[in-house]
Order: sequence, then C-alpha cells, then structure tokens
Amino acid sequence: MRYEAPTTIDDAVRLLTDGSGDRRILAGGTDLLVRMRSDMADPDVIVDIKGIEGFRDITREDGGWRVGAAVSGAEMGEHEALVAAWPGVVEATNLIGSTQVQGRATMAGNLCNASPAADSVPAMVAAGAVARVVGPDGTRDIPVEDIPTGPGRLSLTQGDIIASIFLPDPGAGSSSDAYLRFIPRTEMDIAVVGVGVALTLDDSGTCVAARVGLGAVAPTVLVVEEAANALIGTKVDDAALDAVAAACSAAANPIDDKRGTVEFRVEVSGVLARRAAAIAKTRAGGAA
Amino acid sequence: MALDNESQNQKRNFKVVGTRVQRPDGIDKVTGKARFGADMSAPGMLVGRVLRSPHAHAQIKSIDTSEAEALAGVRAVVTRADFAVIEDDEFTADTLDNCMAGEKALYDGHAVAAVAASSTAIAKKALKLIKVDYEVLPNVTDVDAAMALDAPVLHEGRANETVPAGMSSNVVARHEFGHGDIEAGLAQADRVLERTYRTAATHQGYIEPHACLATMGPDGQADLWCCTQGHYFVRDLCAAILGMKQGQLRVTASEIGGGFGGKTTVFLEPVALALSKKSGRPVKMVMSRSEVLRASGPTASSSIDVRIGMTKDGKITAGFAELRYQGGAYPGSPVEFGAMSAFAPYDLEHVKTVGWDVVSNRPRQAAYRAPGAPMAAYAVESAVDELAKGFGLDPLEVRLKNAAREGTKASYGPTFPAIGLEATLQAAKDHPHWAAPLGENQGRGVACGFWFNFGGNTCVSMSITPDGTVTVSEGNPDIGGSRASMSMMAAEELGISYDRVRTIIADTGSLGMNDVTDGSRVTFAVGLATIKAARAAKAEMCKRAAQVWGIDEDAVIWEDGAAKPAGPNAGEFPPMSLAEIAAIASNTGGPISGHHEVNAEGAGVSFATHMVDTETDPETGAVKILRYTVFQDAGKAVHPDYVEGQFQGGAVQGIGWALNEEYVYGDDGVLQNPIFLDYRVPVASDLPMIDTVILEIPNPGHPYGVRGVGETSIVPPLAAVANAVSESAGVRMTELPMSPPKVLAAMKSK
Repeated sequence: MRYEAPTTIDDAVRLLTDGSGDRRILAGGTDLLVRMRSDMADPDVIVDIKGIEGFRDITREDGGWRVGAAVSGAEMGEHEALVAAWPGVVEATNLIGSTQVQGRATMAGNLCNASPAADSVPAMVAAGAVARVVGPDGTRDIPVEDIPTGPGRLSLTQGDIIASIFLPDPGAGSSSDAYLRFIPRTEMDIAVVGVGVALTLDDSGTCVAARVGLGAVAPTVLVVEEAANALIGTKVDDAALDAVAAACSAAANPIDDKRGTVEFRVEVSGVLARRAAAIAKTRAGGAA
Repeated sequence: MALDNESQNQKRNFKVVGTRVQRPDGIDKVTGKARFGADMSAPGMLVGRVLRSPHAHAQIKSIDTSEAEALAGVRAVVTRADFAVIEDDEFTADTLDNCMAGEKALYDGHAVAAVAASSTAIAKKALKLIKVDYEVLPNVTDVDAAMALDAPVLHEGRANETVPAGMSSNVVARHEFGHGDIEAGLAQADRVLERTYRTAATHQGYIEPHACLATMGPDGQADLWCCTQGHYFVRDLCAAILGMKQGQLRVTASEIGGGFGGKTTVFLEPVALALSKKSGRPVKMVMSRSEVLRASGPTASSSIDVRIGMTKDGKITAGFAELRYQGGAYPGSPVEFGAMSAFAPYDLEHVKTVGWDVVSNRPRQAAYRAPGAPMAAYAVESAVDELAKGFGLDPLEVRLKNAAREGTKASYGPTFPAIGLEATLQAAKDHPHWAAPLGENQGRGVACGFWFNFGGNTCVSMSITPDGTVTVSEGNPDIGGSRASMSMMAAEELGISYDRVRTIIADTGSLGMNDVTDGSRVTFAVGLATIKAARAAKAEMCKRAAQVWGIDEDAVIWEDGAAKPAGPNAGEFPPMSLAEIAAIASNTGGPISGHHEVNAEGAGVSFATHMVDTETDPETGAVKILRYTVFQDAGKAVHPDYVEGQFQGGAVQGIGWALNEEYVYGDDGVLQNPIFLDYRVPVASDLPMIDTVILEIPNPGHPYGVRGVGETSIVPPLAAVANAVSESAGVRMTELPMSPPKVLAAMKSK
C-alpha cells in the first residue's frame, strides 16, 4: 500500500488515474479507515487530499459559501457565519459519529460514501448544494443529489475528486434550514430516517421557496418536490405541515432491515419532515 | 487468641470498611499503563487468526490447509484434528467443539481453523488460502421454532433423562421447581392473567475483546496470559482440551476490560496453545469486535408463558411459568436459573415453574450477569404489574403484600434466612422518586429482582513484609473492585490503614484452586478468606509477641493493629504493633504470613427493587429514560462507590436489554448486526444519572455481613422499564427489545 499526499489537485488526479490497482481518496478517513480495518477495503494507493491548497478552506464567494472537501464538521461548527447561514447543514454534518469523528469527517466524504443514510446529504440536498468536481475531464459543477446513484455507487469516474461543496445563497427573504434524523439512541448511531428542510419566507411570513431532502428511505437521498410545493405559498401552518408530512411519507420508499421496518420509516418520514419544517420556519423568523 | 463471634463482628464499628478509599488500579487505567489481554508481548511472537464459518449450520466435508501452510511466514495451521479426542466429559467436549468445530459448523462465526504467522497481513492471507468444503444444512435460530418437531436438528441424542419422548432433539433438558397446587391456587383468584413474553438474545458488551498470549515449550510446559474472569478454570479447561497436566500450564490473568460473565469460559486460549505447541513460538490472539459478537457467549433468547392469579385486594394466589431458552449450539442455557428465580421475590402457597433448555444455530451462550434471571423476572414482574394496575392497586403495595421474607419457603426450595426484599420495597415507597409527578406521555415502572449469589472454592495468602506492610494474594480477577475491597477488609481486620495493604491477583501456580469470578462471589467468599487469613496472621503475630514477652500466647490479644497483653494478669507490656512484630520476625521464628483455603458457603441471597420513569414519543415510539433509582440490599457495602457502580451498571445493561439490544439473525442464520453500530448498547447521553440506595441487611454467613451485589442489579430493569413504557405508551409491551418500531406499531394498534 502506498500513501500519497499531493499538494495540487492535478497531482491528485494523476495519482488516482495513473497506474493500476485500487486507488482511493482519503479526506477525513472516517469511512475508508474503518473499511480497511474491517477487511472491506484493501487499497493499493491512498491519496490524501487534505494538503491540497484550498481544500481546508471555508470561503465566501459571490452568491454563496464554498466549503473545501477536507473541511471537517467540527471546523464548520466553529465557523459562525456558516452556522448562521446554514444551521441545518452544519448540524447534520455534526451528527456524524462521535466528537472525535466530527474532527475528521467531511461533507464531501459523507456524500462520496454513498450511503442512503448519510446525515449531511439530505441537508445539503435541501440547501441546493452543488459539488465542484475536478477530474481527468476537467472541472464541472454537479448538484449533490446527482452524485450518489445507489448504495455505494457514484456518478463520478476514477480520478474525479470533489474539491468543494457550494452552498448557494437563498433568494430574497428570510431563510433558514433544519435537519432531523431518527435514531434509536441519542448519538453514535445511523439514521433510520433523515430529513432536511430549507425554506425562505417573505416579509409577510409566506414561504416563497423551499426544498426538502429525505434520507435513509430509498437507495439514494430523495428530493421531495411535493413536500416543497406543500410549503410554498403557505404560512407554514399546521395544514401545510400536515401536507409536508403526507408528501414525505408518500415519497418514502424504504426497505425492511435491522434498523427499521417499512411501516416505521414511512410514518417517521412524515413526522420528522413536519418537525424539521417547523424548526426551519422558526429559524427563518416565522411566527410560531 | 480469642475471636469475637460473627454477629458481634457484623455490628462492629467499622473503620475502613464502608469508606470510599482510592481504588488501587485507577491511575494505571486512566493513564493507559494497565495491561489488558492484548498488551502482553513475547520475543518471536506470532499472530494467530481464526477462520470462521460463514454458514449457520453446515457439514464440514473437508478442510485443505496445504496452501496456507506453504505460504511464507505461516508457522502453524490447526484444525480440529490437532486437538485431543475428549470422550468422558460432555461439557469439556462441547467446549472444545465450540473453540474449534468438529464434524459440523453449528453457527455463523464458528471457528473451523486457525493460523499462526509472522504478521497480521500474512495470517489474513493464509486464512483465505484455507479451503473448507461445506455442505450447508437448514438452520434454526428461534427458540420456539427450534422446539418444533420438524426443526433442523443440531445434535442427536443429547437430551437428558428429564426430557419426555416425542420432542424435538433440540430440546435437551427440562427443569421443574415449585410447591403447592397451581390449579387450586388459580381457582381462588379474582383474575388469572395469562401472557406470553419474549426476549431477544443480548451480549454482555464488554469493551475489551477476548485476547491471549500463549507459549508452550518442547518440554510441554506452557504459560498463558489472558483476559478472563477465572484463570484457574481456563487452566483446567485448556489442560483437558490439550491433553496436558494442569500443573504444566500456568495461567496469569490480565487486567480485564469488562466480563459480566462472558469471560468465564475459553474461546481463543486452547487454540493459541495449540498453535504455540505446533509452531514452537509464542502466539498472540485478539478477537475483533465482530468476532466477539458472532462467536463469544451472548445470553439466551427466551419465550415465556406466565399464568398468575390475584385477588382483587392484591394477594397472589398462584404463579406458574413455562420458560423456553435457547442457549446456542450446545446444551446449557441458563433456563434452570430462570425457573428457580422467576418467583423468588414472592411468598407463594402455590407456585410452579418449568424450564426447557433448547439448542439452536447460535453461538454457545456464556454467563451474563445473573444468568437466566432477568428474562424470568421480566415475565413475572410484567404480569404482576398488569394485574396490580388492573385492580387499581399500588404495584409496590402489592409486592409488599406478597413479599418473601425470613422464613418464606422459596419457590426454588430453600427457606429464606434474613433477607432484604421488604427493606428495598419500603425504601422505594418512602423515596421522593415514588411521589414525583409525571407529565404527558410519561410512565413509571417498578420491579423486583433476586439473585442467589455464590461462595465456592477460594484461597487467600497474606504476607506481612519486614517493613510492616501487607500483601494479599488472591486468585480471582478483579472485575468490580475486589482488590480495593480485599485490601479494605484486610486493613479492617488487622487494624492498620488501607494504604499499607496491597492486593494482587496471583497466577495459577501461586495459590490453590479458585473458582471463577462469578455468582457475585468474590467480595463475599474472597473477602471471607481474606478476613480468615488476616486472623491467621494475627494469631501468629500474637504468638510472636507472647514469645518476646515470655507469656502464654493465649494471654495476648490483637487490638488497633497491635498485640497487647489480654489483661493485667497477663503482665505489663507496651503494645507491639504489626510493624514492630514484622521487623523482628527473623529472630522470632521467621517470616509471617496468614492464609485461608475454603469452599465458602452461606453466600446470602440479594434482592433489589428498581424504579424508572420513561417518556414515549407518541409519533415515533422512541423511549427516553427520565429517572432511575435502584434500591438493593448489599448486606454490608465494603466500598460504597463500587457497590453503587454495580447497581448502576446492572441497571444500564438492563435498560439496553429492554430498549434496543438484540441479536438479529436473517433467514440464512447469519448474524446481521455484529458491530456496536447496530448492536445498540446505551450510550451515556441515553441515560440519566442512575440513583442508588444501598440497604444493609447483614448476611449471617459472612464475618462482616457482606452479600454479593454484582448480579441482582440486572434482574429488575427489564421489567421495570417494560412496566414504565407500557404506561407511557398506553399499551402493554410483551416483547423485548422495545425498539421504536415495535413501540410505535403497538401504539398504533391499541
């Protein structure tokens, strides 16, 4: 096994594309190292991207926040402006694992692990986040919901690296977001259902924009447009919240497994969507 | 030297016992210096790894190890053929078969071969080169399914004489306890409740995986360092399995990162010895977490029918329970203890329990803290609670009304001496917790629990050093603070300060036989032997003083850490302290020590009452533990911190068992959750502070009144939590774990 720590993205791409064997990207390592220790991965080359310029930076750009691919959840949590803009995205990222894991784990890594239950992904989807991908075919921007194609599968090709996640500023109005997950314990667990809601209210408290991401209930995180539509044009009142819950329960397409039944996940999708939407509304300054 | 009688001793004014002294292992543990199972190394050491069956049930047609043996760096490969054939002892034969499969792999994770190699990478590669030809057989992992006549059969001919003809061969034993006439008793009841309860298999969840280091020389002498609750038992089992004499094998117990009963047998140790024997090199083996969950010794899953009759004023007229436990692939599920303990808290005229021991394609169960009792208590205490609440009666009052007390003929046979159940119930009733208001979606549950406790074979040797300090050598690994407790009891008895005593865990070559650290026996039995060893040392020191003074040794007493003349007639001499006597021991006959060897009896049972408040989320079924209080009889709490820790630890393990812990098997018989992510023990944020109330009803069988406390604490929580959740969810829960999907489904169907 060879460990490489390139300082430029071009070197990283080349290391991932040159030669043969199993070549993996290491950011926080909270998935890769666990896989290696449990004999589920045995890479020939590990390319550590933490040393690439800009990868550890949170940057204010025109039209949004750019979070480098190697920025840890803990670093996001300490960035006051980012927390103020996207409290739901930050809290989702900081639900991953333990305090120690949060010091290493990254949003981009969470996305590329391609677990339907990844905590940060429904929140990113709700935020309308866009991944900047650099690879052998150049640079392109891809909505995060288009990156995973199923459990453990990505739309990316060998040599592609997510360099950053872009969180675009919402349109005019008062905006916020929230993420809730259901776990049988209070921490150190994996989502049985996860819901991210981002919304924008106008001066009258009417929702003018919304996105809802639903995780752990389908092979990939779902963008639930019916739930967003149920919010837009309303004051996010009880009737709207009921409609959001119904839309998320209807969209959920889960399996029975050791972590939860189909019936439970369908029901709880609606419960959490309702609660998350209510939190996002309150955070956006909406009347209780 | 005259000795006080025991009842006076129990009432003595304790100086050291009952205080909260600093634990002797604390600094090493928090600084990472303590040496656990995996922390020992030896020159030339090899890495041992186990190949495990991916099938729940399969005939092993052949094993080809030739390619693995040919791999550079591989020093030994062993299969069952490398072990002795054991014919005369079923328990040892089963233990060997569990450590290394013979004709069949009996569960997912069952060891089928092992390698020793110069590195982990080579060992892992070698495992992949071993070719096992399996014929996969149908499997059964559920206890009720395993009892069906058409169930896949694990073993033929293992049922003992208690099992009636015509049952599945998977039913291997039947146990019955009780007295009176159940039907006559039930006929007197205003209501007879019949319920079936089920509990999932759970694992002890110790943090430290099994680990050992074995060396065996060409002369047949061997040493084993391992993480265990009983190194003498490890010695005896390994010697039998490897065909060695016990005296040729010295076993040293490492520090232990939790056991809870799960480290009372062997898994890796005989394999490591066999690999060392074959390779001629030291071999270290360490289990991964998934190996621990798949192939160590979780407890049984159960299915229990209960019938209890109660009058409308709360008198239990009769109790019956039929208990079915699967204990994995070999006979020996703890159903007998379940059947014995199910109704132990009650004074019943008519009581009967029947227990069925069933085998299935799961790992062989090992002891888990009060083995067999928590499930039985869960069933009975749930039914008693439902009856009491159905009549609108106070569940604590109902338990007090029917409580076993001194003179009660226990459901499992004996008549109780002084016991503490009523004291725990009264303390619970008087506690502010019982009167605290509850909010919406909240409920409160109570339950009682019982454990027998044990004494057993015990040796203690105590040396008085020339500078007047004291070393206590005992043979039981310290899993719950026993080094502190032994030092305290030695200091108490000798009349010296705690910091002058150090207790060590001796290896198997240094003391006579010691039973395993189990049955909550150590503070009782080793404590008793420590006190008796101290008395022997005191007698010797009195003799030495008498010699110096030139008076009769019967004219010397021991008081406040010194020998003194018994009275004015004995002569006028200033007291000689322990240190003064020790300093001149060379001139008065040689070194001074005391020792005591005993098969201790009179362990003294222990009862507890637990009280818990829960809140249930009506929309998700999630249960939160809001408040928890343990009331338990400790006889005499030697070190209250440790006693409280035992109370809290048992409660927490019981909460995990009640809410989320379970072994999940697929139809293929493969364990689906062999990691701590999906085998959900409670984390700290799941729990409130567990409050404790120590009751002290002295055990007549111990010089200081000590009762074991380690196991009783896990008996009530399953039922206490179930009773609380049933109230907070508004629906009676009869199956564990009460995971959110189950609670939500129950709430929706009510």
